[in-house]
Amino acid sequence: MLDLKNISKTFNPNTIHEKKALENLSLHLDKGDFATIVGSNGAGKSTLFNAISGSFLLDKGSVILEGRDITFLQEHKRSAFIGRLFQDPLMGTAPHMSIEENLSVSYIRASGLSLFSRAGKKERAYFREQLSLLDMGLEDRMNHPVGLLSGGQRQALTLLMATMVTPKILLLDEHTAALDPGTAEKVLSLTKRIVAEREITCLMITHNMHQALELGNRTLMMDSGKIVLDLSGEEREHLTVDMLLRKFSEKAGKALDNDRILLS
Amino acid sequence: MAEFFTIGIIKTALEIGLIYALVAMALFISYSILNIADLSTDGSFTLGTAVSAVFTISGHPILGIFMAMLSGSLSGFCTAFLQTTLGIESILAGIIVNTGLYTINLAVMGFSSNLSIFGTDTVFTLFAGENPFLSEWGTLILLLLILLVVAFALRWFFGTGLGLSIRATGDSPAMVRASSINPAFTITVGLCLSNALTGLSGALIAQYNKASDINLGNGMVTVALASLVIGETLFGKRKLLGRILGVIGGAILYRLVIALALRLRVPTEAFKLVSALIVALAISSTRIKELFHYAKLRRNAMRERGENA
Repeated sequence: MLDLKNISKTFNPNTIHEKKALENLSLHLDKGDFATIVGSNGAGKSTLFNAISGSFLLDKGSVILEGRDITFLQEHKRSAFIGRLFQDPLMGTAPHMSIEENLSVSYIRASGLSLFSRAGKKERAYFREQLSLLDMGLEDRMNHPVGLLSGGQRQALTLLMATMVTPKILLLDEHTAALDPGTAEKVLSLTKRIVAEREITCLMITHNMHQALELGNRTLMMDSGKIVLDLSGEEREHLTVDMLLRKFSEKAGKALDNDRILLS
Repeated sequence: MAEFFTIGIIKTALEIGLIYALVAMALFISYSILNIADLSTDGSFTLGTAVSAVFTISGHPILGIFMAMLSGSLSGFCTAFLQTTLGIESILAGIIVNTGLYTINLAVMGFSSNLSIFGTDTVFTLFAGENPFLSEWGTLILLLLILLVVAFALRWFFGTGLGLSIRATGDSPAMVRASSINPAFTITVGLCLSNALTGLSGALIAQYNKASDINLGNGMVTVALASLVIGETLFGKRKLLGRILGVIGGAILYRLVIALALRLRVPTEAFKLVSALIVALAISSTRIKELFHYAKLRRNAMRERGENA
């Protein structure tokens, strides 16, 4: 499904600020895989996402999605089939446009309709139905500007927009970290439901160790631009957070240091 | 009052206001929607007047209007190209294109700094024909028609997938990166469209004044920005069509203020300064209101404390 082959990226090469963000990293995901990613500060987790979505060109290696080599495909072209959510709930939506307009943008874009098509009655009914599934009352506020919504509502809306047309892969970069616990729980359960219902292949960065083991079917641990641990199946099922941390320090030769880590 | 503001003065203010409203709409696209300060507006406006004048003199006033729009959008394309492909800061890109346009505009006018349109038809005389009513009011009616067509066309366009994408580009760059919108494309389309409107405005003013001048566009950005800000402040942030019509209202109001200034015998040389002051006032009006409000709150609080003590 997704194949990263020996990808490397160095920022500011040959300067004092040189930073090897990704080093010869390889990863294979099967269709329907839901992998969580944990790692220390600056381990390259977000850089890995940026590499997949094409925010920069790789120094080495290739990115292959469903058999297609997208290593040199422009970012906006990849976005047609890669869904992305960021930690900042303000980043995924346009604040001065209404809920309906925001949904229209991603719907018209992702479904490959012509540039001059508009969202009609049928689409509006579909938006309404999708919004009502969020259970946040947004279906009755379709004409309100998104800027008036709370962070959790905006993140839920972004999730809806990213999955409006089922993406080949969904990248979640700590997308509940900036929300209050209650809202985070709600957005997370929405994520679980949408990903499971549509069998979306998904990568999720988290700093919550419990989530890392609980969610999905694989756990990846990163350090210094590499994947140092890749756990799945039975081995993962019986793992506790303590054991996970111990494993990490064995592999990485140091304790996991992430200043926002949540152990519970 | 009736004598102070004659019908003739109001009619002229309306006509010129409607023509300049097109530039204000152009800035509505580039400044309000795309969040880009397009400083090539002055040159682009003059380009419109020059192209329109040249075609009108050779007997093709209607073609002149469309050619002016086309050349305007070409100029917008250059500004967008400098920004998106060559990575030049948007303000700089506008200044560069504006500087280059000076020579181009001179060239269009056959390296003379002004052109007069004599003895040939303009769109306004063509529209009026021999009809006495239309020769009095035709100009205003034609302009109203053009403005309404443009306003409704813009409303339609900004509801389409492309239009919404352009709005998203200006509203949330991060969202655009994560969706499949190519910002280089949307910025280019937006600036082409915006400068086509600026060109249209120039084309109409040339045929209205029966002249084109190399300095006609000077300060156009400020004037249009004044109209835009007056429109958006007075008529509020409503739905898209309301905002577009508000911008037209702002442009007309600005012209009426200028007409008032004229009646008060403000010398024409001082107009640019008056425009600048109006812009500064209009933009800062919300802040000024806020400052007065704070001062009042503080005064009240102080008084209460004084009474309690």
